[in-house]
Amino acid sequence: MTLMPEFELARPRDVGEAIAARHEHAGSRFIAGGTDLLVQLRHGIDRPDVLIDLSAIEELGKITSGPGGARIGAGVSIAALARDATMAANYRAVKEAAEMIAAPGHRAMGTVGGNLCLDTRCIFYNQSEWWRRANGYCLKHRGDVCHVAPQGQRCHAAFAGDLAPALLALGAEVEIAGTKGRRRMPLGDLYVEDGRAHLTLSEHELVVAAHLPPDPPPSAYSKVCVRGAIDYPLAGVAVALGMNEGVVKSLQIALTGTNSRPFVLSGTDAMVGRPIDEAALQAIERLVQKQVQPMRTTNASAHYRRLAAAALARRLTAALGIGSRPDAAVSAVR
Amino acid sequence: MQTQSPRSRKRLLKLKLNGRWREDAVAENQLLVDYLRDVAGLTGVKTGCDGGECGACTVLVDGEAVPSCITLAARCHEQSVETIEGLIQQGRPNRLQRSFHEKLGAQCGFCTPGMIMAAEALLRRNPHPNDGEIRLALSGNLCRCTGYIKIIESVRTAAETPA
Repeated sequence: MTLMPEFELARPRDVGEAIAARHEHAGSRFIAGGTDLLVQLRHGIDRPDVLIDLSAIEELGKITSGPGGARIGAGVSIAALARDATMAANYRAVKEAAEMIAAPGHRAMGTVGGNLCLDTRCIFYNQSEWWRRANGYCLKHRGDVCHVAPQGQRCHAAFAGDLAPALLALGAEVEIAGTKGRRRMPLGDLYVEDGRAHLTLSEHELVVAAHLPPDPPPSAYSKVCVRGAIDYPLAGVAVALGMNEGVVKSLQIALTGTNSRPFVLSGTDAMVGRPIDEAALQAIERLVQKQVQPMRTTNASAHYRRLAAAALARRLTAALGIGSRPDAAVSAVR
Repeated sequence: MQTQSPRSRKRLLKLKLNGRWREDAVAENQLLVDYLRDVAGLTGVKTGCDGGECGACTVLVDGEAVPSCITLAARCHEQSVETIEGLIQQGRPNRLQRSFHEKLGAQCGFCTPGMIMAAEALLRRNPHPNDGEIRLALSGNLCRCTGYIKIIESVRTAAETPA
C-alpha cells in the first residue's frame, strides 16, 4: 500500500449540492461507503483533488415501499438492505445478495449505489502501484496492453457487484441525478461490456436510487467465491421465477462476475408455458454457458467460472421451480 | 504509520472516543486507524492487511463493528468510536477480554483486538448467539494462529457470563 494521496473532503447536505460540487471541481469523485474506493486510492489507481462524501445526504439513506413497488436510496447501507423486511418478504434475491457481500464491517459501511457502480476487477488491476508498474501497467489504467487478452483491443476486467444481478432479475430501474435534473432508466442500461468504462453515467451524474416494480415473482441469489467472506464472486446468479399451475409464467436470470457488466440472460422467454424439468434445466445451463464470457481475470480459471455460473443458474431455477429450496446444496458452493 | 503532510487541509473532528468527547484537528485524508494509533495513542487498534481484508483494525463506530483502515477519520464527526482500550471497566477486563484469556482465544494476539470488538458488537445486538451467528459476526476477521475454534469458544463463554 502506498500513502493516502492528498485530497479535500466535501460533505454536501443534499443531492443538488453534491452535483454542484462535482461540477465545480473537475478532479473530484463521489465517495459513499469508501470500502472499495479508499483501497484504490491507496493503490494509486486514482488521485482526486476533492472527495465528495455522500454520507450526510438524508434522501439517499431511505428505503420506501408502497403499491408502486420499492425505492432503495443509493446511500442505504448493504447491512440495512439485508435487514429490510420488504426485501425479505418480496425481493428475496436482493436480501440474499446483500447478505453475501464481503463481511459484516464492509456491509455496515458499503452502500447500494457503491455496489451498483463498483469498479470492474482483474488480477492485473487490483494490485499495488509497484506491482502494476513492474508489469508495465495494463489497458484499464495507464497501460496499453490487456494482459488477459494481449491481442485484443478491449479491457476484460469483470464486474463483480452482487446487488446488480438481483435487481436486474427483478426488473429494477435506476434513478440518476445530474446537472440537467433527474432521469430513470432500466438498470441494464447503466452498463456496457467494456471493463475500462462499464458505466454509462456521464461525468457529473450520480445514481440516487433503485426502483423495484411491485408484485415480484419469487427470487433467489447465489454465488461462487474462493472464500466464504470478504470476497468477490467468481460467478454470481440471480433468478426470478414465476410459476402458474406447474408451468413457467416468467423467468429472468441475471449474472455477475463473468463479464465486464452484469447482464440478463437472453432466451429464457422460451421457457414460458413449460414445466421446470430436466430438459428445461439443461436448456438454461446451455444458455448460460453460451452467454457468459469469463476471462482469466481471477485466480480461478475461466472454464471453471463458466461451469459454476451454469450450475448456479440450474440449482436456483430448480429450487424456485420445484418449490423446495435445497439450502445445503446452494451454500455448499458459496 | 502514516505521516500527514502539513499541506493537507485539516478540519476539526469532534468525537466521543471510548466514552469521552474530544476534539482534534485531523487531515481530511487521514484514516481512522491512523488517527486512533498516532493521534489518540490507542495502539490496541492494529494495522494488519491495511486494505479492509483482515479485520485486525476493527473498532466500533456508533456501536457497529467496522474496519478502521478503510474509514476516514473526518467521517466519524460527532459519532461514538470505541476501541479495545475502552472495554476495560474500572481497571478490570470485560467479559470478552477475560474469556479470550481463559479459553486461549488469543495466541500471537494480533487479531485479538479486532476479534473482540467484532464480538462485542455481536453480543450487544444479540446477547445469546449460536455458533453460526458467532461465525458470521467474525467472518470479516482473520486469524493465522488459532484455527478459530478457541475464538468461537471464547465468545460463547463470554455470552454465558453476566456482563
